[in-house]
Amino acid sequence: MLQIRRDLVDAIWAHARRDHPDEACGVVAGPEPAGPPERHIPMDNAERSPTFYRFDSMEQLKVWREMDANDEVPAVIYHSHTATEAYPSRTDVSFASEPDAHYVLVSTRVPENTEFRSFRIVDGEITEEPVEIVESYMFTHTGADDVPDRAAERD
Amino acid sequence: MAVTVSIPTILRTHTGGEKSVQAAGSTVLEVIEDLEAKHGGLKERLVKDEKLHRFVNVYVNDEDVRFAGGLEASVADGDNLTILPAVAGGMR
Ligand SMILES: [Zn+2]
Repeated sequence: MLQIRRDLVDAIWAHARRDHPDEACGVVAGPEPAGPPERHIPMDNAERSPTFYRFDSMEQLKVWREMDANDEVPAVIYHSHTATEAYPSRTDVSFASEPDAHYVLVSTRVPENTEFRSFRIVDGEITEEPVEIVESYMFTHTGADDVPDRAAERD
Repeated sequence: MAVTVSIPTILRTHTGGEKSVQAAGSTVLEVIEDLEAKHGGLKERLVKDEKLHRFVNVYVNDEDVRFAGGLEASVADGDNLTILPAVAGGMR
């Protein structure tokens, strides 16, 4: 499940609508290893295209170094579809390389659309997950139970 | 010609979990060949049809090698080579 603050959802929508009809893209960084998403970073779509997006490589290097320095990970990687539904395309899947990221898609195809969907994409396989929009992470359980077993087999 | 190579999460299975490894070479391709010798399986993730794979970005220090000679881009002793997954997609 993706749990995400409402202000971040609003910021992603604002970015998608601002760049329409081109695809908008960006990340929401969160503390490693697995979020929650905290810091919205809208990225330039180097393609400036209604049918394709690609993070600008120099901007990406800068942002990835910043995240590294802050012990953050790209908790959410989002982009918009401007003429099709909010579902990962074949190309989206072929590029997806962060098994721990929530891949968020929004669609601006219809102006009144509010579809905000999240997917895990691992080894080419798409799994949609529920999205819970919250006002704050303060009083919510953020998945401490999800911590993987720590070398239980080791001496 | 020793260079430090930053490995992205997705490729760390090839480096035993290491974020950063040492390699040698005077071009990006030579560094990748050296990485392959030490950490088998990396080359096919980085090179396709003798070009940099479209799924990755490779930087020498602060320069994207796609704009600086690709696999032939030169690398000097003490340089940092950074590999990042390209973040991209398309409508189809
Ligand atoms: Zn897409």
